[in-house]
Amino acid sequence: MKHHFTEPPKTRLLNNLWELQLSQGYISEKDIADLAKLYNVSEIEVEGVVTFYHFFHQKPTGKNTIYLNDSIVSEFKGFDRIRETFERETYTSFDSVDRSGTFGLFTTPCIGLSDQEPAALINFHPFTHLNSMKVKEIIQRLKKGDDPATFCDDPADNIRYTPANGKTVFFRDFTPGTPLIKAKDLGSDKVLESLKKSELSGRGGAFFPTWKKWQSARLQPALSKFVVCNADEGEPGTFKDRVLMHSRPESLIEGMMICGFTIGAEYGIIYLRGEYRWLRPKLEQAIDGYRTKGLLGKNCCGIKDFNFDIRIQTGAGSYVCGEETALLESLEGNRGEPRTKWFFPVEKGYLQQPTVVNNVETFCAITHIIDIGTDTYNSLGIPGSPGTKLISVSGDCRLPGIFEIEWGMTVAELLELCEAENPHYIQVSGPSGECISIREKYRRISMLDLLSTKDIRCGGSFMIFNRDRDIVRILMNFANFFKQESCGICTPCRAGNFILQRKLEKLEHGLAIPSDIIELKAWANLMKMTSRCGLGKTAPNSLITALEKFPEVFEEKLDKTYNGLSRKFDMETATRDYESYKS
Amino acid sequence: MSEKVKIHIDGKEITTEKGRNLMLVAKENGIFIPSLCYYEHIDPPLGSCRVCTCKINGKFGPACTEKVEDGLEVEVNTEMLRDTRKALVEMMFAEGNHVCPACEKSGECDLQHMGYELGISSIRFPHLFKDRVIDYKPSRIVMEHNRCIKCLRCVVDVLTNDGKRVFNYQDRGNETFVGVDYTQEARLSDEEVLRAMKICPTGAIIVRGVSLSEPFGERKFDHSTASVNKTTHPIKELQNSKPREKKRIATVSLAGCFGCHMSMLDIDTDLLDVIELVSFDKSPLTDIKEFSNRCHIGLIEGGCCNSENIETLRKFREHCDILVAMGECAVWGGLPSMRNSIPLGECLEEAYLNSVTNDISSQVIPYHEDLPKILDKVYGCNDIVKIDYFIPGCPPDASHIWKVVKNLLWGDEYSILYSEFKYD
Repeated sequence: MKHHFTEPPKTRLLNNLWELQLSQGYISEKDIADLAKLYNVSEIEVEGVVTFYHFFHQKPTGKNTIYLNDSIVSEFKGFDRIRETFERETYTSFDSVDRSGTFGLFTTPCIGLSDQEPAALINFHPFTHLNSMKVKEIIQRLKKGDDPATFCDDPADNIRYTPANGKTVFFRDFTPGTPLIKAKDLGSDKVLESLKKSELSGRGGAFFPTWKKWQSARLQPALSKFVVCNADEGEPGTFKDRVLMHSRPESLIEGMMICGFTIGAEYGIIYLRGEYRWLRPKLEQAIDGYRTKGLLGKNCCGIKDFNFDIRIQTGAGSYVCGEETALLESLEGNRGEPRTKWFFPVEKGYLQQPTVVNNVETFCAITHIIDIGTDTYNSLGIPGSPGTKLISVSGDCRLPGIFEIEWGMTVAELLELCEAENPHYIQVSGPSGECISIREKYRRISMLDLLSTKDIRCGGSFMIFNRDRDIVRILMNFANFFKQESCGICTPCRAGNFILQRKLEKLEHGLAIPSDIIELKAWANLMKMTSRCGLGKTAPNSLITALEKFPEVFEEKLDKTYNGLSRKFDMETATRDYESYKS
Repeated sequence: MSEKVKIHIDGKEITTEKGRNLMLVAKENGIFIPSLCYYEHIDPPLGSCRVCTCKINGKFGPACTEKVEDGLEVEVNTEMLRDTRKALVEMMFAEGNHVCPACEKSGECDLQHMGYELGISSIRFPHLFKDRVIDYKPSRIVMEHNRCIKCLRCVVDVLTNDGKRVFNYQDRGNETFVGVDYTQEARLSDEEVLRAMKICPTGAIIVRGVSLSEPFGERKFDHSTASVNKTTHPIKELQNSKPREKKRIATVSLAGCFGCHMSMLDIDTDLLDVIELVSFDKSPLTDIKEFSNRCHIGLIEGGCCNSENIETLRKFREHCDILVAMGECAVWGGLPSMRNSIPLGECLEEAYLNSVTNDISSQVIPYHEDLPKILDKVYGCNDIVKIDYFIPGCPPDASHIWKVVKNLLWGDEYSILYSEFKYD
């Protein structure tokens, strides 16, 4: 007999905070005190949660809360102009609320709409392809009192490419329930075997073999296990999960059910990033559809004694919650701080129970692998890296959007498909990924991340920058992002990102000397070596690879007058404050 | 009884039980792995400071979150790892505002101890001078956020008797700080409050009254007391006794307190030998105002807080072969740089306009073209010109200074005694 597990009340904390934030526009001191009393914790603990997530505020955020994306793609597509227009039209400056409390303006990192930048969320409804005219219209309608929900955009999926001859894996139809029945007919062992054969690995970007994760969870003796879907797609430039959840939510649900069946779990949770709140109704509709058809719930799909249900938890704005253990902490109603590697989630995950955390794309891939069979799946891609991968292409190209490529496609082919414009520099897998020079365009994109093949492992983000884009400016944008998004626990990430940002600032101002470049490299490697979780370990990646591939750009920025003894020091700037006392 | 396993730490074979914490196993076998957050009874371990980073089976990772398994190969004391640890501790110094001479917990502080242990003389990172406000609101403690290294110890380990947290992280990223729950703090017993101060590895949690009325006593990192004879003799007896060429030294005190100059005189009778060997050019000791000759060494005390400091320092760079930053202020700004996180206007107004004075008419902020201009912040000397060597300390020990000078001038080798190495 299976043990029925109830989630402790505190797991609802994030939902309580969301309700307050949405209904009042902020979370008051009294609310914090009430919640602390309700969950029998100290107020400082609740306050710690509130201050951790950037969509929760302790001061009113206005009737219309506007979050404008400040990611690098947005920056190059006219962020500054849009920002100014917003400020002018609302008579408010960013990070504040106007006097009447109608508008609150804030910036936020990538909201997963890099293919339609500049974009903003107004009361968490998406507005894309912004320009000055459009912003004016939006603000006028809001001033009239229109609800942004009634006139927001429905972001296009922009699926630009799928493998020829209908060989798409992700965008094919299936009858709801059949993949799970097929999995049941195969049996858990065979399912794991198929996953092993298909060489499926974590599509969030870590590429951990999925079958290994599932097998470890399956072997755990615990009575309650959890299946968690990581839909916290926070890596700037990635939006593949958005498109999957928008266009194919069924394949995600089905994938989670297959996982539940295989490892013996009854509970599924989708952790949806706060930026994707607008996707929630769509997902809920799909889940309800499954429930009414009897495909979810008791005796799923008519499989006796297999009960499985899914709920959605919305995050509240935090990049680090994409790290699986931080995500689990967040699910439990805590600050999204990554755990140490003392236990793995498959041993002690959500509520200390064995938990499988997989990315949206991974679950969707599983559904289709089981549905079409490994042989068909493995006929795609290249040996050692079979199948297809979704790539979110953005930046300087004519066709930004989703490209479902067969593993093994070269960078050059992809650039041609998306009609890249004068590409020079490509940031693969987001700011925490690798920087690629156009000189390397014949490298393949595959999972074979071996030195011998020099292939590029791409987690999903593919940002293209043309010859006119300043690399140091791009890196500064990334550095600012990491500086704010570090969870703050470990020294190398909390202080390190701050220090690297200062150093880049020095470089940008033309104050750096040759030894600064050497130090940048050394310090970036120090962070990689000693940080607590993936965020700190990968944050300096773009900097390290950029220094390797474009040394001339950095040299160009150095202080030319440096003679080995003197350092640039700007007396005028340094004494400017004091000069104001000249009477 | 659990399974026995064999592991190697720095080549030493150790037999222990499977699944135990590597940190503990190393400690039991006499191998010290430095750490600032590790606390034996906190389970699971915190893993926040990262100072215990080792090479474990070829991969870098912290010892404190590693479970012992059979055949584990651990490297602890390689040169690279020691430098890594040093860098991490330096990062904490760069991030906070750790002015040992002004800290109640000096002598009882794990971070300070670690500084001595790892031999940190200057900090490779730029000081971040983050503006943080000291929290005086709790009833019995003062939370000095500038000194907090976010180790998590107090967050996890200081609880009320019904299990509620008193401390918790607030905000995130570079803004992260440890907030205090005033209601819960008031519910702690006096002993528990004292314990909170004790488990804090720095001077971030200070109990009112206690720390100042009761000195912490002997500093645990002082191996010998001040009365022990401080030898200034070289390791090797000087081989050649032929008269040495007389070298020229210049010294200056910029934004400093002259303490380092006073310390320099503390070698007492040895001063007579020094006079034989060197002559002083521009220096407060000779009262020579301008350089008369090129000098071999320039000793700089103090950082740069005004335009005159900058000019003087640049002149020193021009006229000296080797520049040595002497003392904390010269190294990174020191005490005067405590103003760096406060806007200049606020400092000036507090000092000249808002402070209590007898002479009401004198309340003006001085400005005259003949007066040096005050800079936006206090700069360490290395930010302005290249500094060749750094001597830490506030002030550095006299014999430390002279050993450095003699080594630079004549190449003699000296060992700097543990007791001569000072931060405070």
